[in-house]
Amino acid sequence: MERVLYVDETNLFLEEVCAIPGGEKVRLCIQCGACAGSCPTASIMDHTPRQIFAMVRAGQKEEVLSSNAIWFCVSCYKCTVRCPQGIRQTDIMYALKRLSIRYKKYGKNIHEPALSKAFISVVNKYGRNFEPEFLLKFFLKTNPFRLIKYMPFGLKLLSRKRFSLFPGRIKKRKEFKIVIDKALELGEYR
Amino acid sequence: MKFSYYPGCSLKGVSNNYEQSLYAISKALDIELVELDDWNCCGATSYMSINELLSHVLCSRNLAIAEKTGLDLIAACPACYVCVNKANIYMTEDELLRNSIKGILKSAGLEYHGTVRVRHFLDVLVKDIGEDVLSNLLKNSLNGIKVACYYGCQVVRPWCDFDDQEMPIKLDELIKILGGEPVKFPLKTSCCGGALLTTQENVALKLSYKLLKCAVDNGAEIIITTCPMCQINLEGYQRKINRAFGSSFDMPVIYFTQMIGYALGVSIGELAINRNFNYKRIIERMHV
Repeated sequence: MERVLYVDETNLFLEEVCAIPGGEKVRLCIQCGACAGSCPTASIMDHTPRQIFAMVRAGQKEEVLSSNAIWFCVSCYKCTVRCPQGIRQTDIMYALKRLSIRYKKYGKNIHEPALSKAFISVVNKYGRNFEPEFLLKFFLKTNPFRLIKYMPFGLKLLSRKRFSLFPGRIKKRKEFKIVIDKALELGEYR
Repeated sequence: MKFSYYPGCSLKGVSNNYEQSLYAISKALDIELVELDDWNCCGATSYMSINELLSHVLCSRNLAIAEKTGLDLIAACPACYVCVNKANIYMTEDELLRNSIKGILKSAGLEYHGTVRVRHFLDVLVKDIGEDVLSNLLKNSLNGIKVACYYGCQVVRPWCDFDDQEMPIKLDELIKILGGEPVKFPLKTSCCGGALLTTQENVALKLSYKLLKCAVDNGAEIIITTCPMCQINLEGYQRKINRAFGSSFDMPVIYFTQMIGYALGVSIGELAINRNFNYKRIIERMHV
């Protein structure tokens, strides 16, 4: 009799997370909690990093990708250097951010995707970040009122000559565009 | 000593005082910094949150340009340092990624063979310059000023090989040599809130508050940082933090290059200290 392999969502979600360089190691998690104990924002996460990694392995795609935890990761890499199993946890959090955006699972009060998109649109255009345009784009998309609240701070920086009103651009913009377009063609992963 | 220098966007924008002091102190230490020709943004945390390959590709373009110079690549912004290092290391480790990136670079006439060494400026001070040279060049003693050396997260994690990843001491030691008094600062590599300050303000303000409180409780008169994000969060948002937590912090926050530069006899103007927010308090505390 032919054996039928049972493939479910569980495996597929885990495979997606494992697809990044070093991602396979998430399978080695021993649930010691060193990550949760190290995390500066664990106290305000709905699930601690330790729980998130258990949930990833259990295939709880919906719960993981809609969790606020992945957005509160500040990339401080403390969990990554402490993990006794060598799991690059910050990288896994980035992978979860990307999946949450791809499947549109993040909550209404999560503004990081809008921030990232605003940043990327500015950098793709100039090759470098131009802070005023980046923040303008972000606030218009999320909360235009905060633009007004930011004004005094912006003026203070301006009075200290700490930003320019004109964007810095790279010279070889054609070369830069080819590189970006080619990468986008290949998709998100290796 | 000659290095290829990758400024990154912050050092050309809100942290241009960091860049100016970096050049000034390099001159005093006889370090030649050659700005990386036509460098582009490292992608920071944003590209990595949307598209992993694109993030690595941005950094690889910089690496390809740097490789032609044959020099070590120096970053001063820890976010740039981590991003470019990450692309560099993962390309070495992962054949699939390496081949994808090589193909993409090739289509724009670029190539990268993985030979660039990416370093942070603090690494250069610690390893290439060293305590002896610094103490020989000391002109203005820091006069026992109590300094909280705030390394931040990314200068030491995940790849620092010049100091401890959780409790680094090298910057403390340099400050001590120059006559300052580094205070105990257990949160020296804790996060300031980073980019969350723009998206989740309450969360980030709390983290910055803890840092300022830790510095004050340990008697610090000034905080020095190695990171543009830490500097702007701790200096620029101090009033907001005071309003939110009922505190009354009045803590100057400057770059480590500004403090070391002062000790080496570089003028306050050349170090662009007048571009910091609480300029007067800095001058007062540093007994200039």
